[in-house]
Amino acid sequence: MLRTAQLIVAVSLAVALAASEEIPLSERHSSYQDMSAETRAMQDHDAENPGMLWVLDGEALWQTKAGKAAIACAGCHGDAETSMKGVAARYPAYDARRGTAIDLAGRINVCRTDHQQSPELARESRDLLALTALVARQSHGLPIDSDEARLRPFIDAGRAIFTARQGQLDLACAHCHDANRGKKLAGITLSQGHPTGYPLYRLEWQTLGSLQRRLRNCLIGMRAEPYAYGAPEYIALEAYLMWRARGMPLESPAVRP
Amino acid sequence: MSATDDGKKMTRREVLKITGALALGGTAAPAAVSPAAATPAEMQAAVASVVGDVKVTQGRVKLDIPPLVENGNTVPCTVTVESPMTAADHVRAIHVFAERNPQPYVISATLGPRTGRASISVRMRLRDSQTVLAIAQMSDGSFWSDRINVIVTTGACLEDVL
Amino acid sequence: MARALINAPARARRGSVIEIKTLISHIMETGFRYTQTGQAVPRDIVTDFTATYNGEEVFRARLYPAIAANPFISFHTLATESGTIELKWTGDNGFSATEQVRITVE
Ligand code: HEC
Ligand code: HEC
Repeated sequence: MLRTAQLIVAVSLAVALAASEEIPLSERHSSYQDMSAETRAMQDHDAENPGMLWVLDGEALWQTKAGKAAIACAGCHGDAETSMKGVAARYPAYDARRGTAIDLAGRINVCRTDHQQSPELARESRDLLALTALVARQSHGLPIDSDEARLRPFIDAGRAIFTARQGQLDLACAHCHDANRGKKLAGITLSQGHPTGYPLYRLEWQTLGSLQRRLRNCLIGMRAEPYAYGAPEYIALEAYLMWRARGMPLESPAVRP
Repeated sequence: MSATDDGKKMTRREVLKITGALALGGTAAPAAVSPAAATPAEMQAAVASVVGDVKVTQGRVKLDIPPLVENGNTVPCTVTVESPMTAADHVRAIHVFAERNPQPYVISATLGPRTGRASISVRMRLRDSQTVLAIAQMSDGSFWSDRINVIVTTGACLEDVL
Repeated sequence: MARALINAPARARRGSVIEIKTLISHIMETGFRYTQTGQAVPRDIVTDFTATYNGEEVFRARLYPAIAANPFISFHTLATESGTIELKWTGDNGFSATEQVRITVE
């Protein structure tokens, strides 16, 4: 696996697409707006949004003692509604102690290992998704607040991956989500590829999934080798996507087709 | 060659590649073995198991499904039946069938005067574009129905690698 | 126990019709799928849903594999008296879940 520094060098050498194709800030919108009225209603009404089942699971886990420290999240953080408000809107964040960027799921796992003294939860496991959904829910409707100053190298690395061709089809993320955004191809309207809804309930998956799972799906579509969950490439992409969507409101748990 | 030239010149070829990626089910992994659709005989047998040899009349039932479905794995479906829902005159049952799923049955609901209004909603799976049929049985023993052709843009259920 | 979300009015006028919306965590494995090595994945679904109002059944449904994962079921009932509406899901492999909501009828 690449170290972060190597990653930055490697990707900045890659062929990049024109930066001029980046979406003007005023033209950005969530793919929520491209969804059918029925799918939007599913997202809008808590009682009909299956993603809320994970938020409920998260609430129960938040109160459950875990690890050698036998302490619950609530034991240190109190009420999630107050202590976690706005937190998800600034992730990935720079972790000074580790000297690197860390995403929300990674941050939760740090609390698991360092503060609860319990094993990490696996990426995409129900429990980690549930805790992430609970924390993300507390930023519902709040604008994305990217810590540009400290995340700059990661945002740049993410942009380099986003604009570099990769995989057997020799496509870049930007080909679909910048250059051809809004076009209807093969019956699908290509979105701008914003991270505003994650973790979210995808009808295709019939379950809740992380942004990394979504990116994995895109990479498979490009016939490229997906990165391992938690890899620095994903964190860099997440940092870039959040910066690209800065100011847009978070929608988690969103619903997508 | 500048990056901008690259971006412009490639566009047409890229669009073809993107279309290919998406048409192949692009964002999903290769499909596992897919089960066959129910045969017309199986569909007939399923309907007969509910109505016997009583005639089914078109009407009084309204089946609501979005005409163009975004994902066949989760399709919102509402069935509403015109009925006063009194002890003397009510809907006894609502059945939904999908003719090209591996099995035609979707749901069979039992209602009565205490149900108040004969309207139910569920989310269902549709393997493919197909006709969905709703049949209601009234307290007088008569059967009424509605059917809709649904267009599914993405295949359902079968794209996961296990 | 499986997580469920119920949406029902806490208060209603006597004789009015109320809507009850329910969601429950369940994979609804169809039994029609195969792994890449060709092994059938056994069926694991919710098969039955029942709603009782102060002990009397007001709605019932039989579900099939064509019901999407995390089943959503919405139905109506007549607000007759104050009390408890109980919702019960049962299914394959001994699956069983029960939820109750209180309603005040005036
Ligand atoms: C023993 C106390 C303790 C426990 C238990 C604990 N945390 Fe933390 N958590 C902290 C501290 C302290 C921080 C501040 C960063 C640091 O120093 O690690 C933090 C930071 C966080 C953050 C980032 C907040 C921000 O503003 O960036 C999140 C999210 C979080 N915790 C979630 C959780 C979850 C979820 C659990 C339960 C699985 C949990 N924590 C359990 C002590 C704890
Ligand atoms: C072949 C075209 C294509 C490519 C290339 C592609 N994607 Fe996607 N992407 C899609 C489609 C299709 C969707 C689902 C529908 C939509 O949101 O457009 C999607 C969805 C997304 C979403 C979720 C949007 C939402 O609202 O939930 C993000 C984020 C995303 N892509 C990022 C990326 C990144 C990062 C890359 C490069 C690693 C990439 N995509 C490459 C086609 C593509």
